[in-house]
Amino acid sequence: MTIWKEYLLANSIEQAFELLDSVDDSTCWVGGGSDLMLEVQQGRRKPADRMVDLNSIPQLGVLELQDGCLLIGAGVPVSKIASSPIVKEHAQAVVEATRLIGGPQVRNVATLGGNVAHALPAADGMISLVAMDAIAIIAQKAGMDEQPILKLFKGPGITMLEKNQIILQFRIKQREKGEGSAFQRIMRPQGVALPILNLAIWVKRDKEMVLDLRVVFGPSGPVPTRASFVEAALRGKLMSQDAINEALAAITATVNFRTSKNRATAEYRHQIARQLFVKTLASAWERAESA
Amino acid sequence: MNKTSQIQFIVNGKQVAVEVAASEMLSDVLRYKLGLTGTKIGCNESECGACTVVIDGQTVLSCSYPAAKANGKNVLTIEGLAAEDENGDIKLHPLQEAFIEQGAVQCGFCIPGQIMTSYALLQHNANPEVIEIKEALKDTLCRCAGYPSIISAIQSASEKQCCGHAIEKPHVQEARDAGHMVGKSHIRPDAMLKVTGKAIYSDDIQFENMAHARVKRAMVPFAIVEEIDISKALAMPGVLAVLTAADLPFEKNHGLVIKDWPVMVAVGDKVRYVGDALAIVAAETREIATEAMQAIDVKMRRLDPVTNPVSAYQDDAPKIHSSGNLLKHIKVRKGDIDAGFSASNVVMENTFFTNRNDHAFLEPECSIARLTSDGRMEIYVGSQIPYDDRAQVAQVLGVPDEKVRIIGQLIGGGFGGKEDVAGQIHAALLAKATGRPVKLLFDRQESLLVHPKRHATQITVKLGSDLEGNLIAAQTTLYGDTGAYASLGDKVMTRATTHSSGPYEIDNVRADCYAMYTNNPPAGAFRGFGVHQSGFAVESMMDELAERLNVDPIKLRKMNALKVGSVTNTGQLLRESVGLSECIQKVEDALYEIAGDNPFAADQDPENPELVRSWGFAVAYKNTGLGGGAHDKAGAEIELLPNGIFEVRSASAELGQGLPTVLQLTAAEELKQGLENIQVLLSDTDLTPDGGPTTASRQTYVTGNAVRYASKALYQSMVSELSESYDISPDKIEFKEGCVQIGTKCISLAEISRKLREEGLIPKVLYVYEAPETKPLGEGGDMHVAFSFAAQAAQVEVNRATGEVAVLHVIAANDVGFAINPLGLKGQVEGGILMGIGHALTENFIMNEGEVVTDRLASYRIPSITYTPEITSFIVEHPTADGPFGAKGVGEIVLIPTVPAITNAVYNAVGVRVIALPVDQEFVLSEINKQKIIA
Repeated sequence: MTIWKEYLLANSIEQAFELLDSVDDSTCWVGGGSDLMLEVQQGRRKPADRMVDLNSIPQLGVLELQDGCLLIGAGVPVSKIASSPIVKEHAQAVVEATRLIGGPQVRNVATLGGNVAHALPAADGMISLVAMDAIAIIAQKAGMDEQPILKLFKGPGITMLEKNQIILQFRIKQREKGEGSAFQRIMRPQGVALPILNLAIWVKRDKEMVLDLRVVFGPSGPVPTRASFVEAALRGKLMSQDAINEALAAITATVNFRTSKNRATAEYRHQIARQLFVKTLASAWERAESA
Repeated sequence: MNKTSQIQFIVNGKQVAVEVAASEMLSDVLRYKLGLTGTKIGCNESECGACTVVIDGQTVLSCSYPAAKANGKNVLTIEGLAAEDENGDIKLHPLQEAFIEQGAVQCGFCIPGQIMTSYALLQHNANPEVIEIKEALKDTLCRCAGYPSIISAIQSASEKQCCGHAIEKPHVQEARDAGHMVGKSHIRPDAMLKVTGKAIYSDDIQFENMAHARVKRAMVPFAIVEEIDISKALAMPGVLAVLTAADLPFEKNHGLVIKDWPVMVAVGDKVRYVGDALAIVAAETREIATEAMQAIDVKMRRLDPVTNPVSAYQDDAPKIHSSGNLLKHIKVRKGDIDAGFSASNVVMENTFFTNRNDHAFLEPECSIARLTSDGRMEIYVGSQIPYDDRAQVAQVLGVPDEKVRIIGQLIGGGFGGKEDVAGQIHAALLAKATGRPVKLLFDRQESLLVHPKRHATQITVKLGSDLEGNLIAAQTTLYGDTGAYASLGDKVMTRATTHSSGPYEIDNVRADCYAMYTNNPPAGAFRGFGVHQSGFAVESMMDELAERLNVDPIKLRKMNALKVGSVTNTGQLLRESVGLSECIQKVEDALYEIAGDNPFAADQDPENPELVRSWGFAVAYKNTGLGGGAHDKAGAEIELLPNGIFEVRSASAELGQGLPTVLQLTAAEELKQGLENIQVLLSDTDLTPDGGPTTASRQTYVTGNAVRYASKALYQSMVSELSESYDISPDKIEFKEGCVQIGTKCISLAEISRKLREEGLIPKVLYVYEAPETKPLGEGGDMHVAFSFAAQAAQVEVNRATGEVAVLHVIAANDVGFAINPLGLKGQVEGGILMGIGHALTENFIMNEGEVVTDRLASYRIPSITYTPEITSFIVEHPTADGPFGAKGVGEIVLIPTVPAITNAVYNAVGVRVIALPVDQEFVLSEINKQKIIA
């Protein structure tokens, strides 16, 4: 049961691309590998001949504020993100999401680069990045590229990223006055023990006025999407029970939850989405006030 | 080809260089190349945490960490924690010391992972709060569920590390009539090995020239095998043997009671469940064996599977066995059921559904077989019934039992799931075919697919009472899903049936159980043994009745509780040892003290109005021992070795429950010794006498008695021998710790042993204890030698907006007769409660038309440390005259009331009656929403 023939560690972007070029096909980038290793070991993903581990590339290990933005390296272990004061200050939804990825040991190897490149429609870290409007900074042989994170998904588990592209970092705008974010999720252990719904919200307020917000439910489709009608129900409104009720109505009317056997019915997801929304919004809203 | 490369890294402070294959994981390198077998592999899928090591200060799961990545890193494993001082003495890390002292070590398989995870936690946070401990250890699973003790061990180690405080002793209630050894808290004899990573489980053993086996499984639930083509597999380089049913010259089936389970399914025969074996392979490496197994081509004609015990009972159901689908119709009859219901003022009926559960012991099944030079077959395995393994292997090999030796290894959890044969026979067949030692290790998926589960059962309970609540009649109907093969289905369902009207005295009882074959995985023994199922049903019904009658649910149980003088539903007069009323009273008193005057009212959290809390109550009883007319006996041998140590020997199994301590304390008590003078050897069919199966909460009782009587006999015979050789009156001879007082001199035990041996006397006694005779079901009289009793109250918190349920607090009282080993008992009580919480809230072994959906530990969720509630435990001791020091069984009773206490609490909190396990949050929410509509 040879699951791959080579496991190599790239120390630079150039070296990674060289390794890609030096064989005909079947090279696979490895981020933290926490999901990838299992998928290959369990036969759910065909292994590549050559696994190239990207975690030693310096650009992937960045975690800093730069030019008014928070830069999170695609190879930073999520446990480090979860305990980072600057991430907490500027992107609390990302802290809350990364605290819930896998378990404590998995978080010491898992990365947001892998989380996004895996392209699952409800990965916790990815959902939080979408709410933060993160930009993916991508290295390719022709030079650098930048893409809004939502542009990286083709279908469930299928990324838009080409073989010759590597996510280096995620860039999030530094938090400004009146901004706050939050992430929450819910499990149903009686099914097959996977999270059944998660939600990230970013909001910008001026006193009781909702200036802007981003709402992302996962999973709510084959690729992650923003709940734009829910956002529209609140954007530009004064925060009130009526406004929240309108947002809840928009969830019921427009968010596309589906029934997945042994996980949850669409009906249940709709019911708990409302609860999750009220709580997550309250949390983000409160944080926005203190900003 | 899989390229290799040399990596260099530091392990436990030493630089190592090792050649690794590209696809090799760090755990394999540590275990099989560096011999550091303290790092365990429980799931191989990043779920259980047993393989946790610390790399550059961070915990990492070594089972999914490519070894190549470790190059240049600093790796710490369990073997590297303890230091050696200048004298070569081992100086334990405070965590290791604390895990031992606090009784956090049970089966021990998860302990290296627990300690390494805790070590990293304390490195980053010297003084963690309980919530931080739970967060750090949330994915380091312990199926014995010693979580409360693990938490206190970490706190205690932290105190020592930061502030130099001595490791605390746990707070454990001693036995009421404790002796000088029994009834007091002692640490386990194997704890030291388990906390240092030196404890050896089957997969830790390597033999030179050892081959590796895999099993081709049917992977379809019901089919006729038309062709098995092994040619491609046989032709693969490195493949040593491929066997099918055609290679079985002698017995072709195995099975504990009925031999209906094919060793391999032959061409032309039926596959009856997904785990059926079709062929077995031995090869140079596990990888080659796996590839060869996958290269075996099988043609099967699929049949429509029977997947439900009720449909299996219908006349037109396809026949799974030639005898039909009914394994057994089990009946209980007492009084006149029709007259009972006619005389009742209130009659209530409901139907309940319990689900299939997996034991999820963290150590997957592993057998190593090898032929000895004198032609005997040796099998190294962690088994609950070594002598039965021996007989079953011998019959398939066509040799006398004596030609097979089972050498029992430490068992990383069993809970009933290691009673049936797993890989023992297959490994032996391949060892015979290849002439080489053969290891057959199940991976987690195989373990989940193959071994017997807990019976999914449908139970209808009908109760009749008068207006005060005195029970007059109880009728129950059960359909048990025993799956493809009998296993212990008859026995489990018999226990479910006889316990189905609860621990109550009722004049008119009728119970009918249909134990049905289906095409699901076999169902067999699992802690609680049928009584978990029927206990949930009847205790739910008791709460429904209490509400209907407007009687307090505790009062209803007190009124009807079995007591001394009661006659059970099988016609057994209880003459002694019925502590149920005291258990109820203890829990009731504590409940009112903790919860105030109205514990069963719904209590809404003022700050989070969606959260509602309440308490629920339930009781249980469970037989000790096989009973039902079975010849229940156990042998034990004790010898005073030349080094002055008494060795206690029995082939009864230690699964983590603490049997060695029980036997050690029992012998120490009778022989007036301390722990250091008694050692225990278990589960070797050449060296230890048959202790019978480790099941039915029987070992403390039967093997405990065997050891007790063997000790007494050895004491007597040694006194009389010494009286002659020293020519002194026997009353001048007395055993003391480490020596024998003979007149005025205390002569060391080693000296005594030498002297007796010189005189040609081996100081050794074999005692076979036979439990009091029992009667088969239907004959009345004593069906069981004793019963344990329990009461529990559970506090739950239900989220009305999501349906989620959490257990906050459990109060438990268990009547165990006599607490021989209070520290081990604490572990049993806490672990039983946690397993009950798992059964109630998280564990669901899901099938879809005979195929297993939850075939990974990731999808079958057992409770993590975050589920640990506050536990208030009382030990009640109503001794049973024939038990050792009065002790009864405890391994199962601890779990049974937890589930209905939780579901009754859910009803009290939000008015939702759970009739199907586990408590499904989606169901709870939808029921809450229906109430809103009606309101």
